[in-house]
Amino acid sequence: MKGAPFHRRKETKLVLRYLMAAFLVVIFVFPIYWLFAISFKTPGEIFAFPPVWYPKSIQFNNYAVLFKDGDAKTVGNSLVLSSVSTFFAMIFGTIAAYSLARFKTGGENLGVWIISQRMMPPVAIAFPIFLFYVWLGWVDTYIGLIILYTAFSLPYVIWMMRGYIEEIPLELEESALIDGCNRWEVLWKVVFPMARSGLFATAVFTFVFSWNDFLFALVLTRTEVTTYTVQVTHYFGGQSNFWSKIAAMSVLGTIPVFITVATLQRYLVRGISMGAVKG
Amino acid sequence: MSDLKITGLHKHYGTYHAVKGIDLEVPSGEFTVLVGPSGCGKSTLLRTIAGLEEASAGTVEIGGQNVTWARPRDRDIAMVFQNYALYPYLNVYENIAFGLRARKVASAQIDKRVKRAADMLGIAQLLQRFPRELSGGQRQRVAIGRAIVRDALLFLFDEPLSNLDAQLRDDMRVEIKRLHQELGRTIIYVTHDQIEAMTLADRIALLRDGRIEQLGTPLDLFERPATRFVAGFLGSPKMNFLPATVEAGEVTLRDGTKLTLPTGRKAPNGQAIILGLRPQHIAKASASAAPGHVQLPSTIELVQPTGSRVQVSMPLGGISITAEFAAHEVTAPGEQVRIDIDMNRAVLIDPQTDKVI
Repeated sequence: MKGAPFHRRKETKLVLRYLMAAFLVVIFVFPIYWLFAISFKTPGEIFAFPPVWYPKSIQFNNYAVLFKDGDAKTVGNSLVLSSVSTFFAMIFGTIAAYSLARFKTGGENLGVWIISQRMMPPVAIAFPIFLFYVWLGWVDTYIGLIILYTAFSLPYVIWMMRGYIEEIPLELEESALIDGCNRWEVLWKVVFPMARSGLFATAVFTFVFSWNDFLFALVLTRTEVTTYTVQVTHYFGGQSNFWSKIAAMSVLGTIPVFITVATLQRYLVRGISMGAVKG
Repeated sequence: MSDLKITGLHKHYGTYHAVKGIDLEVPSGEFTVLVGPSGCGKSTLLRTIAGLEEASAGTVEIGGQNVTWARPRDRDIAMVFQNYALYPYLNVYENIAFGLRARKVASAQIDKRVKRAADMLGIAQLLQRFPRELSGGQRQRVAIGRAIVRDALLFLFDEPLSNLDAQLRDDMRVEIKRLHQELGRTIIYVTHDQIEAMTLADRIALLRDGRIEQLGTPLDLFERPATRFVAGFLGSPKMNFLPATVEAGEVTLRDGTKLTLPTGRKAPNGQAIILGLRPQHIAKASASAAPGHVQLPSTIELVQPTGSRVQVSMPLGGISITAEFAAHEVTAPGEQVRIDIDMNRAVLIDPQTDKVI
């Protein structure tokens, strides 16, 4: 018996493959779409049955409320805490990584010891940190959370940056040292540009880790530096949930990360694959 | 005046003793080549001169200043690395200007010096390109440009031609020699390639096992090697070494073949020696033997043409030796030939000490 012609079989296969892909895309993208859609819906549309698949008219009331009540400020808090802590973690982490990579500071195993700090469940130390912060008067302050996020990001930054720095040919640095640079200038003029992709990739992940933190923000903030992750949970009530606020706030919280990843995608892909090649 | 003076230099890496007490003085403007097999300590020595490695003992003086503990940038040196060490994110112009910018030279001066160096090296048209857009030879030129633009007292080259193919290597060798003549600067050049050492050097320091085995002009080392190692390392094809004994002005090889030494040649009587004969000093006999020459019959076993010359293997004194003939002088293996050995240039080595007698 003869089967379908070869080209026909190939086309069918292709169509099936596309259908499968489309199905998966819908599964993954739908919740995000739904989040965005809710944030633009009126309360009536949110609870309508059968569901309203897309808002009849785009209205920004849900967002306006967040700004009017001052809730949107929490996104600003998250932005400040994550950016500043990422900045410091990258500076200190890269310097430490350079020291580990080039001077074998602390021997071969210090790097492993540092990254092992990352494996500790944060909740295990939340209580001692809280007591310590109460004593220092750092609860609900920018400095408290910035220092904490910086400290928690450092092991990751050191581990990643050490790998990227080790990939830079040593001769490039030696040549710069002979040409008239000191170690700091070598770091600035050779190591940073050479490890640029890795630097951006690491920074993005560090930023996202701090951005997504919920536990410490919950324990260590009250009213002044509440982050958006904590703020969102305020809308889940015992009696009812404020779906419009949850959606609008979640969208606000997603946008900065989305923009960061989208702008630095080029470096992200290169940075991640650099690490991958090294294994 | 000497631009470089090394005294009693040692370098240890843990228990490994890489450089074992080196003394070396390089006069101003001299091209000194450090040559030796891998692991002999030549690169370590160069890196210690550059300040990239710390000396374990001894002193390094550059331009009369003791720089043993000085940072690399305070040593008035420029260095060319084996793998070019060009910054991939800077174009050729900025790569060459890097050292000048690091030393805060004025922009107008940088521009002048970069362009002059680029002209000298024939890379003026490449200034706006990035290293990835250059061939190996062009990259090496840029690396050399980076060094010469600095106008340093001492230029260090660490196997700069090793990554190039044979043809380019020859071209760049000529280029480096020409640059040295034009600039007249002191150069310390590390290589494991004896051809590079012979062609470039004013003086060669042949290193072995962390020590200088012999220091002298290329001709000195070639014609008057101090040890068996030097005799064997320099020259291509390698020198032939034949175990023998000396008696009454005559060298007797293992199989009883007797080779008469030139009159007046000093040799220890009745002692076992090793006779060193360079392939170039074994010719195909065309006339009667000149004074100090010995002629013998032999049979060609193997022929390796190299262009105008041909390397032939043949038995002598119970072992197979190599000789170098003109290409037209040999037909095929099995050919019976009469060879002419120039005993004036033979080397006699004491097998106990490996020193040349």
